[in-house]
Amino acid sequence: MTRTYPEHSRALWQRLLMTRESAVIALLLLVVVYALVNVPFFDGPLTLTFLLLDVAPILLIALPMTLIIVTGEIDLSVASVVGLSSVLVGVLHEQGMSVPLAAVVALLAGAVCGAFNGFLVAYVGLPSLAVTIGTLALFRGLAVGLLGTKAVTDFTEKWTTLAKDNIGESSIPLIVLPILVLIVAFALLLQFSSFGRGVYDIGLNSEAAHFTGVNVERTKLVLFVLSGIISAFAGVFYTLRFGSARGDNATGLELQVIAAVLLGGVSIFGGRGKIVGVIAGVLLIGVISSALRLQGVTVNVINIIIGLLLIASVISTSLLTGIASATARWNRRATSPQPAPAVGAGTQGR
Amino acid sequence: MSDTSMRPEAEQHHADLERLVEPSRQSPLQRTVTTVVRSREMSILLVLVAVVAAATIKTPSFLFSENSWRDLLLTPAILLLLATGQAVVIITRNVDLSVGSVLGLTAYLTGRLFVDMPGLPVIAVIVAGVLVGTALGLVNGVLVAFGKVPALVITLGTLYVYRGVVLTWAGSNRINADDMPAGFLRLGTRSILSIPVLTLIALLVLAVVGYYLYTARGGREMYAIGSDPDAAVLYGLNVRRRLLSAFALSGAVAGLAGVVYAARYGTVSSSAGTGMELQAVAAVVIGGVAIFGGSGTVWGAAIGAMLLVTINRALPILGIPDFWQRAVVGALIIGAIVLDRVLSARQARKLIEAREQS
Repeated sequence: MTRTYPEHSRALWQRLLMTRESAVIALLLLVVVYALVNVPFFDGPLTLTFLLLDVAPILLIALPMTLIIVTGEIDLSVASVVGLSSVLVGVLHEQGMSVPLAAVVALLAGAVCGAFNGFLVAYVGLPSLAVTIGTLALFRGLAVGLLGTKAVTDFTEKWTTLAKDNIGESSIPLIVLPILVLIVAFALLLQFSSFGRGVYDIGLNSEAAHFTGVNVERTKLVLFVLSGIISAFAGVFYTLRFGSARGDNATGLELQVIAAVLLGGVSIFGGRGKIVGVIAGVLLIGVISSALRLQGVTVNVINIIIGLLLIASVISTSLLTGIASATARWNRRATSPQPAPAVGAGTQGR
Repeated sequence: MSDTSMRPEAEQHHADLERLVEPSRQSPLQRTVTTVVRSREMSILLVLVAVVAAATIKTPSFLFSENSWRDLLLTPAILLLLATGQAVVIITRNVDLSVGSVLGLTAYLTGRLFVDMPGLPVIAVIVAGVLVGTALGLVNGVLVAFGKVPALVITLGTLYVYRGVVLTWAGSNRINADDMPAGFLRLGTRSILSIPVLTLIALLVLAVVGYYLYTARGGREMYAIGSDPDAAVLYGLNVRRRLLSAFALSGAVAGLAGVVYAARYGTVSSSAGTGMELQAVAAVVIGGVAIFGGSGTVWGAAIGAMLLVTINRALPILGIPDFWQRAVVGALIIGAIVLDRVLSARQARKLIEAREQS
């Protein structure tokens, strides 16, 4: 199949404006402006705090998920790792371990979970969709098995307030700081390092990436381990924020994360996507949810909107590509009868 | 290769290879027996039998009391239906994540129809459930086949949309058993020849779909599409039409599963069927259908569904607390995928060996 890259014939500013990422960011800004004008209390200080606290786990997990989906794999087990890490923090704290130490153990457990996924996917060569459906059940099962239907709630207040507290007098929660650091780190890793180039290469053509010297197996293993650690971190935050460790914490979060990542312009086939788009995607869902809730619309409508947005975002891409290739074909046909095609016309279609 | 110098096991090995290259040398009966005994479905069936046997030895009433016999067959009916539809979709190298939401929608629709239109014949409600399911499946199919976008994304989207529709429609309402006519609820309790009616319905659907996939042109084309979509297009298969039918079928079956859900449990809330999509995919994977399409059978998927449900009932009896059930199910799924990999690697090695010897 011939691929067309019509953007290469356009100016830089046009190219920047026409990407999927800028479309999502534009939509995000539009929704924010609309909400500021029309939704009562949306400009209140509490709105921002709760919005950020709500999207924090999704935002965190979306970072490694982006890289994994760019390689063409997927990790469905993330929410179960959140649950398992939550239970571990709870159980260990109950037995007298301090919260930070318990959190470190939970992060290690997350790394082990991720390594297990990564080993099966990268070194045994099993499809990640199937493997992580299995570990989704397995890790959740371990979480529920360890704690049963109980909940651990007696956390040291110092730590639970830390999870909810704002930076100084502002209305921005403290959790935003580590998230910002991680966003920068992941953006650098994906877009400005040779490791990141390898990630894109694997997504575009795993075999070709192997022959150009990318260590495909190790890259995938590293990504799954990162996904495990970050999910466990999200689990620690989730537990402390709500002051409750339960086996069924964050059930179903994996689909929300994946929806946000795909909405942010990451291709499910791999090879394409940027961190900035994903962040806009996560925030878009967060802003819509919070604005609708403030307007008294039930949470249910949010589901419909997220679903429709997701479908619209992929359909529109597919439509645009279709139109672009049709235009390119049309241009080729229009120029081909001439004995000497105009300069640039030959490269346009390729 | 000289045949005279062969030791017995080598001879056996040689015969194995010959069978691999030219199965037609065997009699049809022999061939059928070998195929069935060596099939991937057989191994999962053996696990199922082993689980049931172990639980029965520990507690004979697991199998031999009337109630638990009925439960053993009745409870898997819903997942069996979903797994059948899911298997067809996965065989075409797609996936349908919206089935849990479709089930929720049609289950609530079933209850709602009985409440709002008393006197509506039961069969009309069943047909309505199936038709609505088909329509929802067709939406998926049209988006996937004509939008040329991955099914995973589309059906993740419709998972949210369909669930949102049920949640909005139902709110906190709940349909209870006394809202539904006794004739309908009897479907959930009646048995014919000691097999529950709902299970019979599920098995009938399974048989029809299985026969279609095995013999009909459409079914074979679905396998062809799943094993190589590009080749299927080049070969001139009507890929769009087959994808539409696969998704419509999955929707229809999920719609029927919704009706079955209402009849089985007698109460329906807006959260009915939440998370069932992953269970259905798990059942299909355990049953030996390759997640990238082109191989596997609905029989395997059905046995996978039976195993998933049965193991949940058997584990407490075998002394493993309920809480660990999901961990065991997860281990089972991973075990099944690893097994598939080992088996296919061995098959590939044998085929290469056979080619080199002949």
